[in-house]
Amino acid sequence: MAGQSDPHISLFSAEELEFMAEDELIEIVPNMRMDPLNFICVIFKSGDFGPFFPQIASQVPLWLAVALKKRGKCAIRPPQWMSVENLTRVLEGERESQGAFQVLPFHYVEISRLLFDHAREDIPDMYMVRSLIEDIRDVRIHKVETSLEKFSGTSAVKIPNLSAMEVNIIRPFVGRALQAFYKHDNPEKIPDVDRASSAQTRAANNEPRVSATEEITDRFHF
Amino acid sequence: MASGAGEWSAEQIDNYETLISTTDVELLKRAWRNEKASPEILPFEEALVKRAKEQIQLMEETVDDFAESGHDPLIASLYQMDLDRAQFLLRSYLRVRLQKIEKFMFHIWKMDTYRNRLSIEEEKFTERCIRDIGKHLEETVLSKLPDNYQSVLKQSIISEEDDMVPEPQLDTFVVAKCERATRPLYLDGSRQSASFDSRQFAILTCL
Repeated sequence: MAGQSDPHISLFSAEELEFMAEDELIEIVPNMRMDPLNFICVIFKSGDFGPFFPQIASQVPLWLAVALKKRGKCAIRPPQWMSVENLTRVLEGERESQGAFQVLPFHYVEISRLLFDHAREDIPDMYMVRSLIEDIRDVRIHKVETSLEKFSGTSAVKIPNLSAMEVNIIRPFVGRALQAFYKHDNPEKIPDVDRASSAQTRAANNEPRVSATEEITDRFHF
Repeated sequence: MASGAGEWSAEQIDNYETLISTTDVELLKRAWRNEKASPEILPFEEALVKRAKEQIQLMEETVDDFAESGHDPLIASLYQMDLDRAQFLLRSYLRVRLQKIEKFMFHIWKMDTYRNRLSIEEEKFTERCIRDIGKHLEETVLSKLPDNYQSVLKQSIISEEDDMVPEPQLDTFVVAKCERATRPLYLDGSRQSASFDSRQFAILTCL
């Protein structure tokens, strides 16, 4: 259906991920005066966005920053993590530790992509920053791939500090792979051999499952 | 040094949650994501959808007012973008549910648990879907098959269960992001427990 990505390839399309990243906050320096804006999508706890005054920095969602930038109404201040210094450190950290991932914003790929596309003149050392982010991305994806090789049949795998794009890439594959491990480890749990007995196991497991489901919907989101 | 940088970044990330209040659109985004990621249909967020619709309607009126009054076109276009984003989310949420209904209509209709999760409109949709698909299969294929094989739901009349009905696979794995630390969870009914920290990604057996 239009506007909906094919769930078999990846759960979210690149555009859908970008859409979500566009709600992240970023600092802009407007060059015009504008009254406060009262949006439905994002609301500050302290109230509306703005009012905006020339040369006074202000926090806005990324989509608004890009819209103003396109109309020549502001300059975007790249986030602090996008400095050459910080990214160099992150890249070193990624290369040094094989298992762990460095802390980066959840949507770092999408945010940097949007800024490179729409606000290149606002980013100091733009080419350096871009190649650093590309390197970081490559190293991390490689690490994800090698860590996937170590998977074995378990009921839970934890990966801290993964970003939205990385999760989206591995999600369909990992789900099916673990499913296959699970099947091979528990041949008795494959249905349709004996439907009655499998239904019984399900009923027996029912109680812990229910409480855990509540916990999951309460504490996790996808 | 490295750990210092880590703390600083984590603070940056938390920034968003402390500054931004949870709007209905944010809740709708979460509902859409959950609906997309879970194998079976989830309860319809009736109150939330109603509130979102009202806000969208209000914003539409605001945008129209701006257009008529010849107010600053920049502000009008910014409100229009906000409106477009909210509408996109609402449509995506409703559509992903319709997709799921189309996929599992017979199963959903048969099971009260799932049927009760539908909105009134979705129930109507399911009913019509079932009627149309049934009629279509009947006319194109089933009526031409031998007598014992003419059921939409069963392979043949000797089948005890509805074995031609697609069901969502519930014994599967999901990828989820943990928002708050959890107490130990017993996954898969096993003795082995696992607890999760916030911001950790986990691949779990679906429960």
